Amino acid sequence: MNVDWLFDFPYRIKLNTDAIDKAVRGFAAAYSAFFDGIKMTLTSFVGAINWVLSHVPWFILVALVFFLGYKGHKKVRSGILYSILLCIIGIFGLWSLMNLTLSIVLAGVIVALLFGLPIGVLLSNSEHANRLIRPLLDMMQTMPVFVYLIPAVIFFGMGSASAVIATVIYAMVPVIRLTSLGIRQVNTEVVEAARSFGSTKLQLLFKVQVPQALPTIMAGVNQTLMMAMSMVVTCSMIGARGLGNEVLIAVNRIEISRGFIAGSAVVILAILLDRLTQGWFSEKKKEGGE
Amino acid sequence: MSDIIVETRHVSKLYGIRREDAMRMLRKGATKEEVLKETGVTTALYDISLQIPRGKIFVIIGLSGSGKSTMIRCFNRLHRPTSGTILFDGVDLMKLSKQELREFRRRKVAMVFQSFGLMNHRNVLGNVAYGLEVSGMARGEREQRAREAIELVSLKGWEEAMIDSLSGGMRQRVGLARALANDPEVLLMDEPFSALDPLVRKDMQFELLSIQRRLGKTVIFITHDIDEAFRLGDMVAIMRDGRLIQVDTPEGMSTKPANDYVRRFIDSADKSKVLTVRNIMITPVSLIKPDDGIDHALRVMRSNAISSVYVVDNQMKLTGILTLLDAVRAKRDNIELSKIILKDIAKTSIDASVEEIMPLAVESPYPLTVVDEEQRLLGIVTKASVLSSLL
Ligand SMILES: Nc1ncnc2c1ncn2[C@@H]1O[C@H](COP(=O)(O)OP(=O)(O)OP(=O)(O)O)[C@@H](O)[C@H]1O
Ligand SMILES: [Mg+2]
Repeated sequence: MNVDWLFDFPYRIKLNTDAIDKAVRGFAAAYSAFFDGIKMTLTSFVGAINWVLSHVPWFILVALVFFLGYKGHKKVRSGILYSILLCIIGIFGLWSLMNLTLSIVLAGVIVALLFGLPIGVLLSNSEHANRLIRPLLDMMQTMPVFVYLIPAVIFFGMGSASAVIATVIYAMVPVIRLTSLGIRQVNTEVVEAARSFGSTKLQLLFKVQVPQALPTIMAGVNQTLMMAMSMVVTCSMIGARGLGNEVLIAVNRIEISRGFIAGSAVVILAILLDRLTQGWFSEKKKEGGE
Repeated sequence: MSDIIVETRHVSKLYGIRREDAMRMLRKGATKEEVLKETGVTTALYDISLQIPRGKIFVIIGLSGSGKSTMIRCFNRLHRPTSGTILFDGVDLMKLSKQELREFRRRKVAMVFQSFGLMNHRNVLGNVAYGLEVSGMARGEREQRAREAIELVSLKGWEEAMIDSLSGGMRQRVGLARALANDPEVLLMDEPFSALDPLVRKDMQFELLSIQRRLGKTVIFITHDIDEAFRLGDMVAIMRDGRLIQVDTPEGMSTKPANDYVRRFIDSADKSKVLTVRNIMITPVSLIKPDDGIDHALRVMRSNAISSVYVVDNQMKLTGILTLLDAVRAKRDNIELSKIILKDIAKTSIDASVEEIMPLAVESPYPLTVVDEEQRLLGIVTKASVLSSLL
C-alpha cells in the first residue's frame, strides 16, 4: 500500500517564481538610473576610503594602532600586542588586501550608522513605530545573509557597492536596537528634569538623551562593526575584493594554507577593530565631562 | 498682585481607557478601588481644588499612591490633567501653546526631584546652568548665575566636580541650585529629601527654610513624612487616594483634624519624632575580655587614645568597664584585672527613646552602654551623640 501521501504535505500552490523574478528585474531596469546613482556613490565612497588607506605609510598605521591600544587600555603591553598583530597581516603579504577589506567594512559601517542612529532615535520615541519595525529588525537579523546577496546583485551588480549594501542591511540592526534601548533607558527623572526646564525636543535629545545613552549606543556601534566584519567572506561572493576573496579562492581551489592565512588575517582584523573601539568607548565613558 | 499664585479648580487625572465611565462613577461618590475594579481606570487625582499662597511653603502630604507626584507634575504640565483648570498668576495653564509652555517652564517654575534627576555626563556647573542654557542664555552669563546659585546652597568649590562623586545630600543641593539658578517664581519639590538619611535630611530642611525665607519664593513641597510637613509647611494639604482631605496650617490641622484619617496621620508624627537609641548609638572602638592582662588593657587604651574600655566575655556579654586610672593603679599595686572592673554602669536598651535616656547620658561619667535582654553589648551612646541628635 502506498502511504507516501501521509508523509508529504498534500497541498501546494504553484508560485510563479519566474514572474516575480522578472518583475523585480524589470523594476531594476526601469529605475536603473536611480540604482546606478547609488552604485556610483557607494563605489566611489569605498574607492576614496581605500585611496586614503593605501596612501597611509604602513608604519604610521602600526603606530596609530599602538597609540590607540595604549590609550584605550592604559597599557603599553596591549599597544605592542596590537601593533604586532597588525604587522603579522603585513608579513603574510596581505596588507593591500586588508586595506580593500577595511574600506568596504568602514563604508558599510558608516552608511549603517548614518541610517541606524536616526532610526534608533525615532524608534525610542514612538511605541507605535517600535512595534511596527521590531519584526522587520528580527527578520533582517535572522534571514540567512546569502538571501540579501541576490537582490543586491540585481539592483547594484557585482562589486563593492553590492557588498556595502548587503553589509549595511545585515549590520545595521544592532545600532538601531541599542540606540533605541539606550535612549529608553535614560532615567525618567532626568528626562522629566530636562523637560521641566523648558527644553525643546531637540535640546532634550542632544543635550540629555544621547549623552546619557552614549555607552549603550557605542556598544551598538561596536556590534555593528563586528557584524560588518563577519560579512567579509560572504560579500566576496558578490565581487568584493580583499581578504574575503582570498578565502573564497582558497576554498574553491582547496588550498588549506592559503585559506588559513587569509582567514587568520580576517580574525586579526576583527579583533583589532573590536578591542581598539572598545577601549576608546569605555574611556570616553569614564572621562564624562560636558 | 493677588496673594494666590497657583489655583487649581476641579482638577482630575485618570489613567486608562474608560475615563468617561470612571468620571461618572466618581461623581456619584465611588472610591478609587471601586472605579479601578469596575472600569480598569486608575484615579490619580479627583476633583482637586486648591489655592496656593504666594511666598509661602505649601506642603502636600499623603501616602504612597495618593497622587502627590501626579499633582505636582500638573503645575508645570509634565502631566496634563484629564479635566479641570490650573491658573498660574491668573494664566490658564491648559491653554498654553507648546511655545508658551516652554517659556513658562523656563521662567516661572523649576522642579527638584526625589532621586535628583541630575545628568552624570555633566559636572555640577553644567547641571546647574542647564535651565539657563536651554533658554538660550550666553555661556558667560549663565555660568555666572549658576555659580551664584551654587554658592547659595553652600557648594562653593564643587563647581567642577562630577555628579557621581557627590554624596546624596550634595546631589540634592545641586538639584536645588539648578532650580534656583533659573530664578523661578515657584519651586516644585517632589519628595526632595526622602532619599537622604535622617541627619542630612534635617540639614537640608534647615537649608531650604533659610533660603526660602531669604528669597521669599513660593515652594510647593511634597512629602510623605508628617514631621517634615509640619516643620516646613506654612500650609499643609493632606491627600488620600487622589482626593484632597484637608488644607490648613500645621496648628490648625493639629487642633482641628478634619477626620480620623488626618488624626491618625498627625498621631504618627509624634511617634516618628522620637529618635531612638538605635539611631544614635555607635560601635565602641575596642573591647577587652575579663581574662586579658592589665598590660593588654593599657595597650588597647593607649593605642586608641581612650580613657576607658569595655569588658565583655566570649558571648559579648557585658561585664563592665575598666578605666585608665584604675588600670594604672592596679598595675602599680599588682591587683588582678577582674577585681577593678566597674560593674555598676549605666545601661539602656536599643529601643529606648533619646528623650528617655537623656538625663542618664548627661549624668553618667562614661558613655551609656546599649545591651539586649541577655546583656550582650550592642553599642554605646556618647554624650556628644545625644546632644547633636537634638539639633
Ligand atoms: N503613567 C501611569 N499610568 C497609570 N497609572 C499611573 C501612572 N502614573 C501614576 N499612576 C497611578 O496614579 C496614582 C498616583 O500616583 P502618584 O505617583 O501620583 O502617587 P504618589 O502620591 O506620588 O506616590 P509615591 O509616594 O509612591 O510617590 C497611583 O495609583 C499610580 O499607580
Ligand atoms: Mg511620588
